[in-house]
Formats: sequence, C-alpha cells, structure tokens
Amino acid sequence: MIRNLFAAALFAALAAGLLTAAIQHFRVTPLILHAETFEGEGGHSHGEAAVVAGHEHAAGTAEHSHAAVEEWAPQDGFERTAYTALATILAAAGFALVIGAVSMFANIPITFANGLFWGAAGFITFSLAPAYGLAPELPGMPAADLFARQLWWVGTAIATGAAFVLLAKTRASWAIAVAVALIVAPHIIGAPIAPDEPSAVPAHLATEFAAITLGTSAVFWAVLGAVFGRLNDLFAARAATPIGAIA
Amino acid sequence: MNTTTNTTINTPTAVPTSLSLSQRLIAGVLALMLGLTLLVGTGFAGDFRLHNGAHDTRHAMGFPCH
Repeated sequence: MIRNLFAAALFAALAAGLLTAAIQHFRVTPLILHAETFEGEGGHSHGEAAVVAGHEHAAGTAEHSHAAVEEWAPQDGFERTAYTALATILAAAGFALVIGAVSMFANIPITFANGLFWGAAGFITFSLAPAYGLAPELPGMPAADLFARQLWWVGTAIATGAAFVLLAKTRASWAIAVAVALIVAPHIIGAPIAPDEPSAVPAHLATEFAAITLGTSAVFWAVLGAVFGRLNDLFAARAATPIGAIA
Repeated sequence: MNTTTNTTINTPTAVPTSLSLSQRLIAGVLALMLGLTLLVGTGFAGDFRLHNGAHDTRHAMGFPCH
C-alpha cells in the first residue's frame, strides 16, 4: 500500500513535472532570462559562473560584468534547462508526496473522480494564495527580506491547505467559519512588503510573468491531481483483482 | 463466481479506503518527510548550489527566491 502511494505520486509527478518543465522552457524561462538583463550592478547574477570570455550575448541583451570568481551556477543553455527541468520534476514529486500524505492523514483517497478537486485545492494552496500576497517575482524586482517571505509563504500554504481539508471532512457551520478564518488570516496579517524602490524590470515583463506562472501552475496541478487519482484507481483495482482472475 | 467472496478471501486490504489507521499514519509520515525534503531542497534551501540549480524553477513555481 505504501509502495502504491509512492509509485502513484512519483509517476504523477513525472507526468505533471515534464509537461510543466516544457511549458516553463518555452514560456517562463525566456522571461526570467530577459529580466536578468535588467538586474542592476551589485545584484547577484545567475547562470554566468561557468561562462568564460568569448561567449556571445543575444542581440539586444544588456552588457553585464563577469566577476572573476563567482559561485557555481548551471551554464546558460542546455545545462541550465536540464537543471530547471530536474528541479521542476523534483518539486512536483515533493508536492505529490505532500498531498499524498494529506490524503493518508485525512483518510480522503485521491481518485480520478476527485483528482481535479485535489488539483484545484493544491493550486489555490500552493500557488494562488501565496501569490495573492507575494506576486510571482522576477529576478531584479525589489523584494522584502527572503526569510520573512518564506515564512509567510509556508504559513499561508499551511493555513489555506488546512481549510480545504477541514471543508472536505465536514461542512458544519463552525467548520466553514474556521476555514474562512484560516484562508483570510494570512492576508489580514499581510505578506512582507517589498521596499518602495523602482523596479529594474519593466512592468509588462512582470505582469506577463505573473499571469503565465499562475496559468502554468494551474495546468501543473490539474494534471498532477488527475494522473495521481487515475493511478491510485488503477493500483486499487489491480490489488482488488483476485490472483488468476481475469477482469 | 461470486466476486465479493473472492475479494474478501484473497485481498484483505485491497482498496485505499480500507487501510488501517496505522498503515495510513506510516504511509503519511514517510510521504510527508520525503515530500517536504524535496520541496525544501528545490524551493527553500539557502545553499547556493541548490539555489542556483533550481533558480528558474523557484521563480516559475512562485517560491520566494532572492
């Protein structure tokens, strides 16, 4: 049973992660690379550590300085794309295992019938609710203290997710009241506020990025929930089929 | 042949809904630990290698990054 849960979670994560990595490659990463060309001096740069003298900048790309000694980062191009795809699949596995764990604790199986509900709850919990306070950020945008933002992000996800589990278990009036409080509280407390500095990143790039990342997350969660549920159904049916019997 | 009888005899714990509390707790704890490790590693770690390797994913998935 434990093996089935892990197998379903990991295969679903692979499917959703690969699709998401493909969308990221074509629609999201180009915006990040574009934004990085606006990153001011003194800000840290990415993906350049392994680049040696003699590389070419794409036409229209701003000039940037290369520190002689810089921390490791994947080289732009295939290496960076591969790391991003790997990280996305691993993050997908992390999300899949977390909702799998929630399903075990709450005793609510993830099935094909309710997979999209799990996906919607995951999207709101881990993407939409955190983004409501901390809009998806591009490199070079002013932002508040990192740890404070991470803390708010995690707290918001836990509170929002708890609200969904509660509502899935009971629709009693007290439960609805508690769920609403859990969902609203992080936004009343408020996310850490970014310093009031002009952003180096053009507004149209930032708005495009916010819309595309949220849309991509919605696709990711829909696929993750549906595939996870379908695989759980398959494994359960297989386990329920007597050995030697033909369905 | 009676399917219900077969199911009962051959597979005492066949479907997810019939998992015992201890089975669910063990599976849940294991999945949660591995899942959180993966999420912390890809989305939250301060180490520069993890940060830089997962950089674009962190931005794309909406994790706080810088």
